[in-house]
Amino acid sequence: MLDLTYDAPKPKIIAGAKQDWELVIGLEVHAQVATNAKLFSGASTLFGAEPNSNVAFVDAGMPGMLPVINEECVAQAVRTGLGLKADINLYSAFDRKNYFYPDLPPGYQISQLYHPIVGEGEVLVDMAPGIARVVRIERIHLEQDAGKSIHDMDPTMSFVDLNRTGVALMEIVSRPDIRGPEEAAAYVSKLRQIMRYLGTCDGNMQNGNLRADVNVSICQPGAYERYQETQDFSHLGTRCEIKNMNSLRFIQQAIDVEAKRQIAIVEGGGEVVQETRLYDPDKGETRSMRSKEEAHDYRYFPDPDLLPLEIEQSWVDDIASGLPELPDEKRLRFMEEFGLSEYDASVLTADVANAAYFEEVAQAGDGKLAANWVINELFGRLKKDDDKDITDSPVSPGQLRDIIALITKGDISGKIAKDLFEIVYTEGGNPAEIVDARGMRQVTDTGAIEAAVDEIIAANPAQVEKAKANPKLAGWFVGQVMKATGGKANPKAVNEIVAKKLGS
Amino acid sequence: MSDLSKLTISAARDGMRRGDFTSTEITQSCLTEIENARFLNAFVHNTPEIALDQANTADTRIAEGDAPDMCGIPLGIKDLFCTKGVPSQAASAILNGFKPEYESTITSQLWTAGAVMLGKLNMDEFAMGSSNETSTYGDVVNPWRRDGSNTQLTPGGSSGGSASAVAADLCLGATGTDTGGSIRQPAAFVGITGMKPTYGRCSRWGIVAFASSLDQAGPMTKSVRDAAILLGAMAGHDPKDSTSAELAVPDFEAALTGDIKGKKIGLPKEYRMDGMPGEIEKLWADGAEMMRDAGAELVDISLPHTKYALPAYYVVAPAEASSNLARYDGVRFGHRAALSQGDGITEMYEKTRAEGFGDEVKRRVMIGTYVLSAGFYDAYYNRARKVRTLIKKDFEDVFAQGIDAILTPATPSAAFGLGEMTDADPVQMYLNDVFTVTVNLAGLPGIAVPAGVDNQGLPLALQLIGRPWEEADLLNHAYALEQAAGFVAKPEKWW
Repeated sequence: MLDLTYDAPKPKIIAGAKQDWELVIGLEVHAQVATNAKLFSGASTLFGAEPNSNVAFVDAGMPGMLPVINEECVAQAVRTGLGLKADINLYSAFDRKNYFYPDLPPGYQISQLYHPIVGEGEVLVDMAPGIARVVRIERIHLEQDAGKSIHDMDPTMSFVDLNRTGVALMEIVSRPDIRGPEEAAAYVSKLRQIMRYLGTCDGNMQNGNLRADVNVSICQPGAYERYQETQDFSHLGTRCEIKNMNSLRFIQQAIDVEAKRQIAIVEGGGEVVQETRLYDPDKGETRSMRSKEEAHDYRYFPDPDLLPLEIEQSWVDDIASGLPELPDEKRLRFMEEFGLSEYDASVLTADVANAAYFEEVAQAGDGKLAANWVINELFGRLKKDDDKDITDSPVSPGQLRDIIALITKGDISGKIAKDLFEIVYTEGGNPAEIVDARGMRQVTDTGAIEAAVDEIIAANPAQVEKAKANPKLAGWFVGQVMKATGGKANPKAVNEIVAKKLGS
Repeated sequence: MSDLSKLTISAARDGMRRGDFTSTEITQSCLTEIENARFLNAFVHNTPEIALDQANTADTRIAEGDAPDMCGIPLGIKDLFCTKGVPSQAASAILNGFKPEYESTITSQLWTAGAVMLGKLNMDEFAMGSSNETSTYGDVVNPWRRDGSNTQLTPGGSSGGSASAVAADLCLGATGTDTGGSIRQPAAFVGITGMKPTYGRCSRWGIVAFASSLDQAGPMTKSVRDAAILLGAMAGHDPKDSTSAELAVPDFEAALTGDIKGKKIGLPKEYRMDGMPGEIEKLWADGAEMMRDAGAELVDISLPHTKYALPAYYVVAPAEASSNLARYDGVRFGHRAALSQGDGITEMYEKTRAEGFGDEVKRRVMIGTYVLSAGFYDAYYNRARKVRTLIKKDFEDVFAQGIDAILTPATPSAAFGLGEMTDADPVQMYLNDVFTVTVNLAGLPGIAVPAGVDNQGLPLALQLIGRPWEEADLLNHAYALEQAAGFVAKPEKWW
């Protein structure tokens, strides 16, 4: 078994006017649970439905309506917890977070403040081969999403769409273990990768199915290490929370501008105020969302409509036994089983569909060659083709496997194989049949190659003399032979024969 | 027959099955009585068309010979229950015009069993009150009056309309809800039987929530037997209510043998309060004697945390209410205040809630908001939860000692006059619940049984408290007490 050890990445340093500063970042990622029904109602979660069409009475906060927990949402949260190597809490409970807003019909959000379903875990955030950050997960809790308020459709009215109201979210809370904007983006990206493998969240950030609140603070070099030793937060600076980020690029930009804002305050002799801020990508700044006077008092208390959620260890075990192979393990296995580099293995396991495609191609063949073909030829071609998804690839794994088999058998050269790939990509068909039908098969008949070599030697006596003096010039003869045979001569055979003839 | 509305549920059931009269006849009798009793202000939405239609269907079922016990029985429904297409306002102006698109689980079960809905019954606004004086529909009047007096009395609350309607024979039985005594106290004030089942016995789905961890619906009837029959139709597990118990519903009526020989009846010393009227004390002693005469053993018991129950209740219930009532915001249903130019969402909330809620509701929403707020949560809400655990344990300990039922007074007094408490400290009104709230905090079943009259001729009741889920046994104790007490007085019709 390969034992991969990683070095921690260096923390990002930002130079202030007076000194260098480091960043400390923690994230609260809100991941929409992939299920058909909402957390406490039977209403559909389908995206893009007519406004207010996916709404049960309880979602609309109608009098006397009661929530009933959706078991599948619990299973998905447990699955996610297991995927993050986290403790699963067999006892958890739901609390009400009270505040008034039109897209929150009952006037409270059902969440899990005091007893979350998932406890401590960790995520390996790989930054480069051999470099990775271990980010600790503090907790994951289940909660309801709010609806959508639309303020710009009418000059005098606001509209409310409750389709999203009550949809299940997992809030994944990290420890402040992230040390730079790139790491933050990589962390979200890794979470998304793991949840996609698990099938617990589609990770679609554009639709808002994955969003992050980013907590940023700055500290002097060395302070973070003291925090790590003691877990005493007083070593760290005051944090600000940037709400509701739904793009990896904006997360990085926002962290950067927020850190610089804080540095300017501190270096100017001021104090950072703990608050909630919004990132404005157009202006490239963060803005305070609400002042301290407007700060909510959410009046959390246990939701009396719901009994504590008690699950059985055996149920958790069942879910655990059904978990798919996760990215880290898959990457390691690809390295071991197919002899891939960490980089190639990472690329191929980034997405579960890519990995599955590769495995089918690599079946009983040369894994490295398969990896090269998938990464360089297929991915490159798909990208050129309007960034097509691998699941829509015109070349099936079987076809690509056949193409590679033709190379390894020596039936075609690598160069011809690229032409063949393009034919299969655009026209389809059985690769071996195409090779035959179009006369693309490589010439491996040494007699024919010898004849071609002899012909070239006879026609270029001056070149022969030079080549005899300098064996490096043999390549010229090889090129001539390949040209004469339309590229179909087996290059290895040509090399050998040219060397033999010139050397004799 | 003109007196059909006076029938008990059991007598009506048996009579209809024998063919003595029809549901339609009883229903018509009730509808007439309701018309004639407008002064009592018990019914606030009459549904005669639904009633006669349901009665007609019930008569067909009865004629076919396979009708459930409740088939053809005309009932009044507390306004807290959502009834499809029928105004359901929890007696609050903030729900003006609200007609639900759904039917509560309990009323669904009742209609499925063939019961007949006469209309919706008045109550304290959002079930907050002990005198039925906080309703947007105005006060309910108790059909009882003191001997030789015209003073109008409260029927108690919050199920005051249910109590008054049953006592005045406007219906054969009614649904009530009980969060701190809202079934038992009004039942006591009007001389009928009122039972709060074990928390989780009846579904809360479709009942406007006051304090979710305490609310429980129950029957209000003219006899213990009727309570057993009506409870049987109301109870049952409901997958739509996560707090509803997954337990089979026993045949409560079959448990009514009246035999309590060898049963142990606990008499909690903490319920002997300072300043308790002599009449109440005497009633309690008499009731204990009756139980002993019936063969039960009397045991002095202690429920040491009783004195903390009322304060704990008045923290927990308002806390939950403050959250449960947040949905009445003018956005989606019910009342919305007229807004001025420039008013935004905050003004809409503030004006709507200021106009829509009455004073008592506002008081409790404010108390609840306060006790849950940052910095006060541990001192109030969390402490109240701990007290609640201790109160529950008090009862568990007593039951573990072999006590079968606990006998207490139901209320600290007989019905008082409407308006008499208007200027009193709200806490004086809250004291009405002193004997009943412990049962809600502990989630236990409790029943008020009329057992005598005071020196002014007003009914007085005793309360029996049972083991969780042992409603059948509790009803049997109540039945024995009912038989021994022989309370048959009825209010003289003056309205």
